[in-house]
Amino acid sequence: MYVKFDFNALCKKVLDEKLKEHGLKYHLLNFGEVELYEPITQEQHNLFKKNLKDYGIEIIESQKTALVQKIKDVIVELVFSENAVPVKASIYIAEKLNHSYGYLSNLFSEVAYTSIENFIILQKIEYAKDLILNNKQSLTEIAHKLNYSSVAHLSTQFKNTTGITPSQFHKIITKRRKNQNISINSKVLYE
Amino acid sequence: MNKEYLNVITVDDDEGNIIFFKNIFKDLKIGVKSQCFSYGDDLLKYLNSSGVIIPEVVFIKYNIPGKSWMECVREIKINPRFSNIVIAVYAGQISENEIEEIFVNGANIFMKKAETYEGLKKSLTEIITVNWQYHSSGLNKDNFIMKVG
Repeated sequence: MYVKFDFNALCKKVLDEKLKEHGLKYHLLNFGEVELYEPITQEQHNLFKKNLKDYGIEIIESQKTALVQKIKDVIVELVFSENAVPVKASIYIAEKLNHSYGYLSNLFSEVAYTSIENFIILQKIEYAKDLILNNKQSLTEIAHKLNYSSVAHLSTQFKNTTGITPSQFHKIITKRRKNQNISINSKVLYE
Repeated sequence: MNKEYLNVITVDDDEGNIIFFKNIFKDLKIGVKSQCFSYGDDLLKYLNSSGVIIPEVVFIKYNIPGKSWMECVREIKINPRFSNIVIAVYAGQISENEIEEIFVNGANIFMKKAETYEGLKKSLTEIITVNWQYHSSGLNKDNFIMKVG
């Protein structure tokens, strides 16, 4: 059985429940921002932080890191959105976050150890991988969906990022899943 | 952005390789805390002990004596405690079929080991940088396949 996650919805739900559980009065804003209506004590803060850690959720302490996280969130939103964004990514990010692209770009490279451009490519290839494994769309359709000018362009970027072609990727994961199923079945057989 | 560094383990019986890996990791911009073992058995013994730090990345030499790369990969993959570990296998010249076998068995990365120090540094830097992105942005490691060099 394979399941598909909506990470955004999942995280929001967990956060929502945890905030309630800790008795905090809050308002969930976009991009992982939480507005607390009442100040909380250091002890409450630490307890909440510790509890969230189990879910892989972290309270970001520094402003710079927070801004970089926002850039990442905007990129993910941009790449995974169903509707094509009519402007260039750089303009979109700058307008969305209200800073010049030059500033954001330098900050991002400093904190994230990669450029915004490379991070966008990485996210696009991740999305392409999901779509390839879903088996619902042809590579041509996937290329179109991800705003590539051609299949060749997608394939080249895929190969540059992962070192393998989309079809090799598909073959490897399919074989791997078959292998896993065999070992799960033989385990059941022996038990 | 869970923390400021990656924990990395290298498994290689060649002392010279270990020194190269260690030096390269030390010079990277991304913080790496590295440990080394000579054999796969030592790696698994370490991972299976209680209270140890589970690394984010493990590098295993393809033709390691003793417990083979494949046994190491399988033992790591079967234990949910290790589900977060990215496994990289490296070798000199091996065939495309052998490389595919590495991926199919569950490793994430194949690195063709460069002959020169500079080449090795380039490959390892690329691998650590991408791993940092997977680690700090919570990307799906099940789909993480990468061939370098």
